[in-house]
Amino acid sequence: MKTSRRTLFATMLTLSTLTVAACGGGGSETPAADGKVTLTYALWDDRQQPAYQQCADAFQAKNPGISIKITQSGWDQYWTDLTAKLVAGDAPDVFTDHLSRYPELAANNQVMDIQPFVDKDKLDLSVYQKGLADLWVRDGKRYGLPKDWDTIAVVYNTEQVAKARIDPKEFATWTWNPTDGGDFEKAVAKLTVDGKGRNGLDPDFDKNDVKTYGLALETGGGAYGQGQWSHFAASDGFVFTDKNPFGSHYNYDDPKLAETINWYAGLIKKGYMPPYDQAGKLGVTPMMEAGKAAMVTTGSWTISSWGKDFAFAPLPVGPQGRKTMINGLADSIYAGTPHKDEAWKWVRFLGSAECQDLIAQNAVVFPAITTSADKALAAHKAAGRDVSAFVDEANDPQGTFLYPITDNAAKVEQLVLAAYESVMLGKADASTALPAVNTEVNNLFQ
Amino acid sequence: MAATILERPLRRRTARRAGPSWQRGHGRIALVFLAPALLGFAAFYLVPTVRGLWFSFTDYNLLSDPDVVGLDNYGEMLGDRVFWNALKVTGVYVVFNVATQTVLALGLAVLMERLTRSVMIRAMVLLPWLVPNVTIALLWMWLLDANVGFVNHVMEQIGLAKQGFLFSPDQSILTVASINTWRHVGYTALLLFAGMQLIPRHLYEAGRIDGAGEWRMFRQITLPLLRPVLALVLVVSLIGSFQIFDTVAVTTEGGPVNASRVIYYYIYEKAFTQFEFGYASAMSVFLILFLVALTLLQMRLLRASTSDLA
Repeated sequence: MKTSRRTLFATMLTLSTLTVAACGGGGSETPAADGKVTLTYALWDDRQQPAYQQCADAFQAKNPGISIKITQSGWDQYWTDLTAKLVAGDAPDVFTDHLSRYPELAANNQVMDIQPFVDKDKLDLSVYQKGLADLWVRDGKRYGLPKDWDTIAVVYNTEQVAKARIDPKEFATWTWNPTDGGDFEKAVAKLTVDGKGRNGLDPDFDKNDVKTYGLALETGGGAYGQGQWSHFAASDGFVFTDKNPFGSHYNYDDPKLAETINWYAGLIKKGYMPPYDQAGKLGVTPMMEAGKAAMVTTGSWTISSWGKDFAFAPLPVGPQGRKTMINGLADSIYAGTPHKDEAWKWVRFLGSAECQDLIAQNAVVFPAITTSADKALAAHKAAGRDVSAFVDEANDPQGTFLYPITDNAAKVEQLVLAAYESVMLGKADASTALPAVNTEVNNLFQ
Repeated sequence: MAATILERPLRRRTARRAGPSWQRGHGRIALVFLAPALLGFAAFYLVPTVRGLWFSFTDYNLLSDPDVVGLDNYGEMLGDRVFWNALKVTGVYVVFNVATQTVLALGLAVLMERLTRSVMIRAMVLLPWLVPNVTIALLWMWLLDANVGFVNHVMEQIGLAKQGFLFSPDQSILTVASINTWRHVGYTALLLFAGMQLIPRHLYEAGRIDGAGEWRMFRQITLPLLRPVLALVLVVSLIGSFQIFDTVAVTTEGGPVNASRVIYYYIYEKAFTQFEFGYASAMSVFLILFLVALTLLQMRLLRASTSDLA
């Protein structure tokens, strides 16, 4: 009796310790029996995974000692997941990195400085789209190798544009200004149709019974408005920060930004754009697919999600010209990886023309290498899509401005989003809400 | 044989008075059976709580070592208007959610008790509770969408104006609360229904003989005798309700402006998107103390440990 009780106790104790151990496990790297090194590579865009799998296959064929395991999770989960894994010391060896996130990771020594490798291999960084590679350098340390870039353009429903008797050729030179919205607002108004078939320019237009909105509205985008308003503000002369990258002062109090945001929110009041609370979180695609909105400004990363009823046009020309935000992703190496050399080999391959040409063929994003980007353009053309609007904008030396890179990005986003939403909901005026939040934002940098 | 059987429980009973239970077989075997639960409790509750308490006195961004800052986080918390707003929003959520959920569940339980004993119906009532929270949140987000959602479509057909629901600043938190009421009402109803089984039938018979109607019997028999169960259900739903996170995380993400930024979501944002782990811990500590106080007060007010039946 006594022994059995003790055995029972021991068994239970062991069992429960095992359970606890099982929960905390999984952190250690176990080398495969054949001495093969397995690298984990993380990305967030499911549409790009097949292309990168091709890269991985090509890489593995050349480097039989290394195998690549790709993991993918959606944008929101990606960063939560990555943070948790960094804290646990179990992060992927190589991961897709974003300009708004890397300063924080670099400051906490989570990303490896690859400058020594670049120097050793004498890597030519001029093959990349101008300016992209240097975005990943801070204080002489390099934290990533460019993989792709994106710009913003207009996507429109071809049938609705034809029905509104607008010639899409006019889009090539259309204008915009914050006062009356220029040609752009006129097109938006013409494309807006109410329940009785009257368009937005009709004096009897009923803004409370809109069947099709001229411009779709994507929620969010408070601090940087990448797909929503950044191009309008910039073409009016607004500049986000004192310098970029690594500015330490935001200019959200600029009256030029306020007039742009007030104009943008004004489209809602006129009935040309859906009310902010009705724009929903499902994204603009379902609305456009359902024919409930005719046009929207969007990023080049969404190209492949638009069907054959849609076409692309360049952004309108503002008082200061045509401006698009250009943003680039890169591949970074986790500072704690036990396989530094192998990880660099993989990153170098990801940043090479060989891999980026494979990405180009899949026509999902524009690769960072200019010659590969041209191949992507050709692949899109072969698939029946004219995406030259995005590429022409990127190649215009005066036409792009970079995604603002600063510290405290997540906090800036939360603060500015609240202010921006209050304007879009009609509860505040941009000329008071934005200067107020600007003070709070700049306090973060004190 | 018969003697030993009788003798054993007797001996045990006297032994119980002899000394602290640790020193005898009972305590030890109890410990054996408690061990898995205790280990789990220590590993998943006690240790994290103590660590959290420690983090609340530090400046810690998860990736570098924590720096001790004393009470700074608590000071920052008192001056943080988003924090106070989050508490207010959570309060609105809890009151609306617990009130609607309990009233509806009580009604449902009475119907099940007085009208039908069908197991089918009991199972059906529980159905929404069996679906994962995230699925429910996604389901309702689609249903309530202003442009392609079914609910707004139906409302427009019968001539009502389109509503923003989750994304309207005035409706956001109430919509989240309603979604969770919908999910939990069946479960709560079953708990109350089970409680009603404890009420002796003869009281209803007596009531009927005395000429009481259903409403009178509900007020004067069911409700008073259900009080201990009702109190338990209220305490449990109140605490559960305070923990609202998933529906908000999946649908509104705290917006628009701060209309649905409930306290748990704010803590999560601070800890895992803005890396202010120390500050997030301070808010969590505050929340624990608040919930403990609230529970004690509630138990006291509802006299949950005594029954009128006794």
